[in-house]
Amino acid sequence: MDKVSLELGGGGRTMRDFIARTIVPAFENPRLRELLDASHLPGKIAFTTDSYVVDPIFFPGGDIGTLAVNGTANDLVVAGAVPRFISLALILEEGLPWADLLRILRSVRNASKRAGVEVVTGDTKVVRRGQGDKIYINTSGIGRVIARPRARAARPGDRIIVTGTLGEHSLAILLARGDFGLEAKVRSDCAALTFLLPLWKNGAFWMRDITRGGLATVLSELAGSLSFPLVIEEESIPLSKAARAAAGLLGIDPLYLACEGRAVLAVKEPSAGRVLAVLKKHPLGRRAAVIGRVDRTIGRPGELILRTKAGGLRLLEPLTSELLPRIC
Amino acid sequence: MDLYTDKKTIAALLAKIAALAGRAASPFRIMEVCGTHTMTVHRYGLKALLRRAGIEMISGPGCPVCITPNEFHEAAIRFVTEKENLILATFGDMTRVPTRTGALQAAVPARGSAVRIVYSPEESISLARKEPGKEVVFFGTGFETTIPSIALMARKALEAGLENYSVLAALWIIPPPLRAVLESGEVRLSGFLYPGHVSAIIGTSPYEFVAREFGFPGAVAGFEPADILLGIVSILEQIRDEKPAVANAYARVVRPEGNPAARKIMDETLDLYDAHWRGLGLIPQSGLRLKPEYAGVDAVRKHGLDLRGEAVDLPGCRCGEILRGVIAPPDCRLFGKACSPDAPRGPCMVSFEGACFVHFKYRDVHG
Amino acid sequence: MCLGIPVKVTELDAGDETGKVDYLGTKVAVNFALLPGLKTGDWVIIHAGFAISRLDEKEARETLEMLREIAQLAEA
Repeated sequence: MDKVSLELGGGGRTMRDFIARTIVPAFENPRLRELLDASHLPGKIAFTTDSYVVDPIFFPGGDIGTLAVNGTANDLVVAGAVPRFISLALILEEGLPWADLLRILRSVRNASKRAGVEVVTGDTKVVRRGQGDKIYINTSGIGRVIARPRARAARPGDRIIVTGTLGEHSLAILLARGDFGLEAKVRSDCAALTFLLPLWKNGAFWMRDITRGGLATVLSELAGSLSFPLVIEEESIPLSKAARAAAGLLGIDPLYLACEGRAVLAVKEPSAGRVLAVLKKHPLGRRAAVIGRVDRTIGRPGELILRTKAGGLRLLEPLTSELLPRIC
Repeated sequence: MDLYTDKKTIAALLAKIAALAGRAASPFRIMEVCGTHTMTVHRYGLKALLRRAGIEMISGPGCPVCITPNEFHEAAIRFVTEKENLILATFGDMTRVPTRTGALQAAVPARGSAVRIVYSPEESISLARKEPGKEVVFFGTGFETTIPSIALMARKALEAGLENYSVLAALWIIPPPLRAVLESGEVRLSGFLYPGHVSAIIGTSPYEFVAREFGFPGAVAGFEPADILLGIVSILEQIRDEKPAVANAYARVVRPEGNPAARKIMDETLDLYDAHWRGLGLIPQSGLRLKPEYAGVDAVRKHGLDLRGEAVDLPGCRCGEILRGVIAPPDCRLFGKACSPDAPRGPCMVSFEGACFVHFKYRDVHG
Repeated sequence: MCLGIPVKVTELDAGDETGKVDYLGTKVAVNFALLPGLKTGDWVIIHAGFAISRLDEKEARETLEMLREIAQLAEA
């Protein structure tokens, strides 16, 4: 590769390879190598960072400000930490309307309250008109570790649970861009996943938020680290009507669509029923569902298998090339 | 409940197929010539289920991006790198087909020029209206499902006097390659699954020669799992009764006469010609191009584009053999290794309807 | 890409050549020039922004009925 391509940030194979072959070796240390959503540091502290370049900056269900808080808080939650403090670094394009900036800051404030985090430090930079697209945000987050994700604790019978319907964030962005001439009422699912924290002590042993690359990519990562195959039931995957419509009209596969307020959990078999019940009681978990399990009877270790709606089996691959740019 | 993807219904259809296939010594080999059929068979895991029921599905020349030879892609690349103020509007997968001079998406456009991805031919006309200072060329490919809409846009542009618009189109029709496959005798086949939406345009009679001249059974089929299985049931029944015909298992969408309005547009704007197909070579009267009176919206004539030459596939690429049904993607040494959707060596791995891409994305389970 | 799920015509623009269809509550703009004589409420198959064929509701019902029978027979 001699130039950076859009795919490098797409959540697909190019990005994964970049991290594995360029980033990790460059900064070689055991914590980085773990590639957790948030790194666990001495003193039971978890630390994460994320940058937000979403286009458009305002969309139904949120804006770049809500994303900037929830995305970083969620990385802490799924890494087993209670989100506490975030930094807020703004990179503003000269000419950004003042009203837009204030609106985004209000969103940051409201989202921080809901997520239970405080903005304690930050930075502001301004670049010339044309050298930065309206606003980019970076947030770093610090949380208090309460659990450690243990993918290797997976045993046959353990269940895979998603907290809600897939793909609404990506669809909201797609529709807001107006590229396809589609009209639909879709709001981004952007939300804080702090309601999942108690589940770490109640049967959940691994979590991921379903962002770039979608459910298929996130589960591929889990499957790759296990000694048993994962089998997912296509029929049980919750999809909104709008996601099914987009799948039918545009041929988009919902399994690869990014969300910003949905997680997938691996749960010990005896606790699965209770975890599901707890999720369904929460407004953000009403459509939670068991979608699969760790299985010994079909496939090989490391494989992610889909039992399709029609009953046939196939492998689920992680996202190869970028579906939609600047989703988050 | 959607019966077309219902597990019990699918299982029942498979049982019916297994019963009809009986204890045949070798599997019945059915060729489909539609990328969406290839996709459905693999996406639902039907391939392995059908194999167990005694049916081997073979993918034929059913992907328009795949069978478009590199002459078109290389001409498009030359065009956008040399001509200023040109907008080349095309579908996404067309930009990623690898050629000797790279893929269209990596081409460095001339000053003021660009490659723009559109999702329908209509968008390209809007683009021409919105950008009067640019020359807009729609670069597209398709079978009879897409051809009427491309032809319609060309005619609309001409009638509206849209001066800055033309079409570079690689248009292919389905019945001639079926004849080519049968005449070559390269692949052992038991019957054909005919493409549902091509048939919605052309009707069922263009396939009659397959049954009458060559004695092969066939069925027009839709795109849900149950549709494909219903088509296969029909083919097996024709074999059992020794009555090869063209059955219509997609009657809710396909009329025997097809879509006369769509065909009228095609007849009025396009002429048949002897076209070169990737992998299948020259097939008489198999391609369509704009009639002389449409020269003003025919990019080839308007801009003097050169489509001659034996543009070759990249070394090691066996896309041609895959399109003829001679090998399956896993038989190619490059499959999944040197050739993957991220780094494709041929169009069969680029197009969402390409056999190699479909095999890669929807892989079989081993255990 | 064939795709082609049946969608319902919800709006016809003046001249009947363009309009909108609805699928599961999502609307999309479609060109109807290849299917003269459409009415709102008709079901059609669309492909790359164009309606290419009408859905024959009688045939659709009969196919569903046949599928139901096949599933029931297998259960018996």
